[in-house]
Amino acid sequence: MAQRLGIDRLGWLAGMLAIPALVFGLYLAVVWAPTDAMMGTVQRIMYVHFPSWIATAIAYLTAFVCSLSYLVRRRPTMDYLAHAGVEVGVVFNTTGLITGSIWGRPTWGVWWTWDPRLTTTALMLVVFLGYLAVRAFLEEPDARARISSLVAVVGFLNLPIVYYSVRWWRTLHQPQSSPSTVDPEIVVALRVMMIAFALIAAYLISRRYALAQLEGDRERMELQPEVQGG
Amino acid sequence: MPLAVDARGIWKRYPGSWALREVSLQVDPGEGVCLVGPNGSGKTTLLKILATAANPTRGDAVIFGASIRTQADAVRRRVGLCVPQSYLYGELTGLENLRFAAVMYGLPLTESGLREKLGALGLARAADARARTYSQGMLQRLALARAMLHEADLVLLDEPYTALDPAGQALIDDVLRTLRAAGRTVIMATHQVERALVHCDRALALDGGRVVYDGPAQGLPLAVASSPAVDGG
Amino acid sequence: MTRSDLRRAWAVAWKDLLTERRAKAAFNAMTFFAGLTLFTFGFAIGPDSPGGGEGRLLEQLAPGLLWIAILFAGVLAVDRSFQLEAERGGLEALRLYPGDRKAIYFGKLLANLVVMVALEVVLLPIAAVLYSLDLWPGLPALAAVVGLATLGFAAMGTFYAALTVHLRARQVLLPLLLFPMLIPVVIAAVKASTLALHGDPMHEFGSWMRLLGAADLLFLTVCARAFEFVLED
Repeated sequence: MAQRLGIDRLGWLAGMLAIPALVFGLYLAVVWAPTDAMMGTVQRIMYVHFPSWIATAIAYLTAFVCSLSYLVRRRPTMDYLAHAGVEVGVVFNTTGLITGSIWGRPTWGVWWTWDPRLTTTALMLVVFLGYLAVRAFLEEPDARARISSLVAVVGFLNLPIVYYSVRWWRTLHQPQSSPSTVDPEIVVALRVMMIAFALIAAYLISRRYALAQLEGDRERMELQPEVQGG
Repeated sequence: MPLAVDARGIWKRYPGSWALREVSLQVDPGEGVCLVGPNGSGKTTLLKILATAANPTRGDAVIFGASIRTQADAVRRRVGLCVPQSYLYGELTGLENLRFAAVMYGLPLTESGLREKLGALGLARAADARARTYSQGMLQRLALARAMLHEADLVLLDEPYTALDPAGQALIDDVLRTLRAAGRTVIMATHQVERALVHCDRALALDGGRVVYDGPAQGLPLAVASSPAVDGG
Repeated sequence: MTRSDLRRAWAVAWKDLLTERRAKAAFNAMTFFAGLTLFTFGFAIGPDSPGGGEGRLLEQLAPGLLWIAILFAGVLAVDRSFQLEAERGGLEALRLYPGDRKAIYFGKLLANLVVMVALEVVLLPIAAVLYSLDLWPGLPALAAVVGLATLGFAAMGTFYAALTVHLRARQVLLPLLLFPMLIPVVIAAVKASTLALHGDPMHEFGSWMRLLGAADLLFLTVCARAFEFVLED
């Protein structure tokens, strides 16, 4: 109970802070920051693209830690929180990929490149979609929580090696593009947007968690045997 | 002296239904318990949980002082479970099946020792034939041999008379007599109540996953015949 | 893991391999499927593709095509290794036996490894013939690649096959979960194979082998440790 209230309160707080942060960040991003000399207005999509990854990372990290905790302690709240983390993570993962693709088209002329970071995040999406798929096929709450937690933990632990292998795969023939020195104003706008997205992610996770808790409680109640005397 | 079985508040849920509802059971070492009830009443589930082949949804059981939740390994060494024709591999011979079980239990058995065990259950001649060529009755006897290989102190039998002709059933009776004489604790789920009661001091009746009778074996027939929730003994 | 755990692992591997050899059907079907895949690639890509000369494109793509075929057949292999357990209540039986769960993991892993290597031994000559590859000069290097890559595949494959064994859409979910995890192995295997077959002017082979080794180490550690959670009911 106390835990639930704690996450709820923090979530609402994050949500409250997210609104001004987002408004401020959007102002900075769209109006205040200078237009990039080389790429033009399209570059502004970065203000959504990069923060998406922060949100994704926060969400998936939450899922990983909570899944691990569930396997050890078996508390259903950890499973609900992990599930919330994965769902929110999948959403931001997708926006990150879409914005990346949209930026790539006018810049490089293609909708998809096999850039290491883009590729790794696409694989991350598949892994966590797998998590959601597995959950969809298990009705028994305890088995569902245990097996999906294993998917989250093993999947997450493999990400570093996936990233490095894709990076070697691509950069042995072409050097990885590193960002050139960036205008300080752009950095400021970016940082504000990252904070805003992080807050939004925290808020969404807390709301999804609350929903998961309600769903989970109701499910467990429906599965209760009827209590009879004798 | 610790109880052979001290089960408290065991609940087990499968997708769609509760197989066991608040089952509690205390069994002294050396006792013989007859487990009865209609199909689907949870007998097999209870035996599997006691053998740590399944986990309870709620509750715990302590077998000879070891908890099935936290000391499962210790429990496994002292419990043998026989479910009809199960836990056998069709492509392996009877002997190879036993040899596999022996290694898995960490037992230093020799080939002649294993053949002896097969012989005790009338499988000496079929020892080198693949299990998938066995008849139902032979599979049942092989399953029993597997379950008793490590000389478990608690022997759990699920419908041991299944698929056996009268000679086979007499063999089971011999085995049960030997087990009881050796002081092993036996819990036996069966539909053949009269036959089983000979070997049992106590009876436990389940219905819809609940205990409806727990008392001396003699008191059983009356209780089972009448209304569900009767406490005996 | 104690010595008896090692014996258990060996017993599990031995049982699986014995069953596989006696049942035979699965291995033959799998190998045929993989060979057919290689053959079909030939039609899909065609010997008359651009790139200069008959079949040059196929020859260059050969390592990639080979590893795809191995991947697909491998999924069948690991899936089957747990399916034949599930049929006769086997998976439950493995739960009954005492000892470290890692032993069961390593036993299954070993059996899957042997089956896959046997598959590859048949597949490599077929690929060499279809795609005009000269295997001899790079054979030791190629063997090393195949060994390490197959180990990585078997490590992850065994784990996920066990994880999905009771799921309804198992045949879709297993590849869905497994393939993203195997990308590092696929990348490294294809790169290293290409270098072994077509020359390594910049001495990159060692780096890819180190990547394979690191991946194998990670996979084995994580999956072995997590396996006991997979085996629960």
